[in-house]
Amino acid sequence: MTVLAPAVRTPVLELHDIHQVYGTGDAAVHALRGIDLAVAEGDYVAIMGPSGSGKSTLMNLLGCLDVAFHGTYTLSGNDVSTLDENALARIRNRQIGFIFQSFNLVPRMSALANVELPLVYGKVGKAERKRRALEALDTVGLADRADHEPQELSGGQQQRIAIARALVTSPTLVLADEPTGNLDSASTNEILGMFDLLARDGRTIVVITHEQHVAEQAHRVLTIGDGVITSDRISESRQLSSAWQSTGRRAQ
Amino acid sequence: MSFAEMLLSALRGIASNKLRSILTLLGVMIGVASVILLLAVGNGSAQQVNAAISNLGTTTLTVRASGGGFGGGAASAAGSEKTITRAVGDQLAAAKLGHVHSVIPEVNTSLTVSGTSTSQTSITVLGTTPDYFTVGTNKIGSGAAFTDADVTTAAKVAVIGQTLASELFPTGSALGQQISVDGTPFSVVGILSQQGSVGFTDPNSVVIAPISRVQDSFTGYGTVSSLTVEATSSDDVTAAQGELEIMLNQLLGVKDTADEPYTIVNQSSLLATAATSAASFTVLLGAVAAISLLVGGIGVTNVMLVTVTERTREIGIRKALGATRWAILGQFLAEAATLTLLGGILGVIAALIGAQFPFNGTQPVILAFSIPLALGVSVAIGIFFGVYPAARAAAMRPIQALRAI
Repeated sequence: MTVLAPAVRTPVLELHDIHQVYGTGDAAVHALRGIDLAVAEGDYVAIMGPSGSGKSTLMNLLGCLDVAFHGTYTLSGNDVSTLDENALARIRNRQIGFIFQSFNLVPRMSALANVELPLVYGKVGKAERKRRALEALDTVGLADRADHEPQELSGGQQQRIAIARALVTSPTLVLADEPTGNLDSASTNEILGMFDLLARDGRTIVVITHEQHVAEQAHRVLTIGDGVITSDRISESRQLSSAWQSTGRRAQ
Repeated sequence: MSFAEMLLSALRGIASNKLRSILTLLGVMIGVASVILLLAVGNGSAQQVNAAISNLGTTTLTVRASGGGFGGGAASAAGSEKTITRAVGDQLAAAKLGHVHSVIPEVNTSLTVSGTSTSQTSITVLGTTPDYFTVGTNKIGSGAAFTDADVTTAAKVAVIGQTLASELFPTGSALGQQISVDGTPFSVVGILSQQGSVGFTDPNSVVIAPISRVQDSFTGYGTVSSLTVEATSSDDVTAAQGELEIMLNQLLGVKDTADEPYTIVNQSSLLATAATSAASFTVLLGAVAAISLLVGGIGVTNVMLVTVTERTREIGIRKALGATRWAILGQFLAEAATLTLLGGILGVIAALIGAQFPFNGTQPVILAFSIPLALGVSVAIGIFFGVYPAARAAAMRPIQALRAI
């Protein structure tokens, strides 16, 4: 595996001086107070923090589900902080793959239909859609469950379907919000293993979690508190492998 | 997303809460069915009226003494010698007006008629001339009509209606039998063919005899009930009416044409009036039915609002996956329109079945245009009443929608 030096790797997303405020006047809540962040292509980043630290707010901004009160957000070279609703929907559709804590599959729709959904909104033709969705289901090892509806699947399987759905558009950024929060340890390991594979394939992944062992699977761990980034370090697993390889990203 | 896929996804949404969807569907179905069916009933009764009037013959005009009823005599200032009598009828006929084919005087009264064993009360006894049997559907079914000679001699012969014939002579043919009309014996020479109903009396329960005999025995020689004037053709009815008016004014010595002692009823103008009233009847029925369709539509709004609230999270997921405002709007509109279209189709089927049965004596006749109209309106209602709930769904912010349980 070739690892490039940080300086030549293009950042996929860049946040500059991001502030987010909810409400007005005395009731205003300052959720983010100046976030500066760059995530390089192929990076696997975990964002940690206690509840109320602003990590969910950050996740909503990264996922283009919300627009920042102040600051700029550049996603693969495009400034998305000024886009309108429809343009944001397009960015979510083409560039971002979401994985949620509660899986968020559409009920009463087969696994295949769920995976096809982003392609439907991306106006991909029917045959092409089915082919890509089956391919994505195959990647997560659930091609044989294509006709099952979410309620017929286990939590781990549902989350794998959700991963297939996140991957089917080949997004620039895979964004996972507490992806293992509702899973037992066996399923958690399964999902984390899958993230490892994705990272090895060069996907850019941002995982939001409050679980230490989940965060340590990533390459880089950010800690957020009171709306600012309080620490930014290379994960323990990375440090180990870096030491073992005696080379690595961000070696200090 | 193709049309078929949109329909499929809409059907899936509808199927997710079957009871609620069925109840909503029922509302639309009743609305659509009642629109089609009530329009069909209105149309059916219009056709019935038209058929009854054209039975009378559109070539005929009816002259009656005005101001009075049957044989009541003209009570106007015109005086007794100036009413419409049989003599006036004869003079009209003798005048050989250009557009008048024949003039048929009629007198009638209501009497008790007896056969060999049974008797019937309040039977219409009509006195007229043989020409009566040449007008409209007044055809002889069996036997023969009485003749001009019978009229001259005031013969005691009669043609009777089918109902009366079978009532008086339940076992055998009435032809050649003797009947007694208020004590006067008549021999039955003919039986009328089956007559269609025109008014409130049964046209098949009637005794028709030479006018001279009926006047002699029952009504006297005063005013006749009416003169039926047959024009030379249906195009000449109006011309014939004009000629009649001039001639009658002369014969009756009418000075003031605003106070004529007679009225002329034109069957074709009667037809036009009846058609107009039938049309307004149809519109009225349609309006009542439209209200029920409106109520069904409001039901759709209600159900769609509940559906949108219930599926807030799904809307959030879809938006996170890149659904635009329009995509969400389209999804819920398609669902509402599919729901009402299904209701509309069921309503059409219900109406088609319902139209097989007579409705208060009227056989409904479905108007061809009412089916696509009702279906179109039902889809339009789905879209109209679905817009508000769908717009609410489309306007949701993804993060709030995702937070919903």
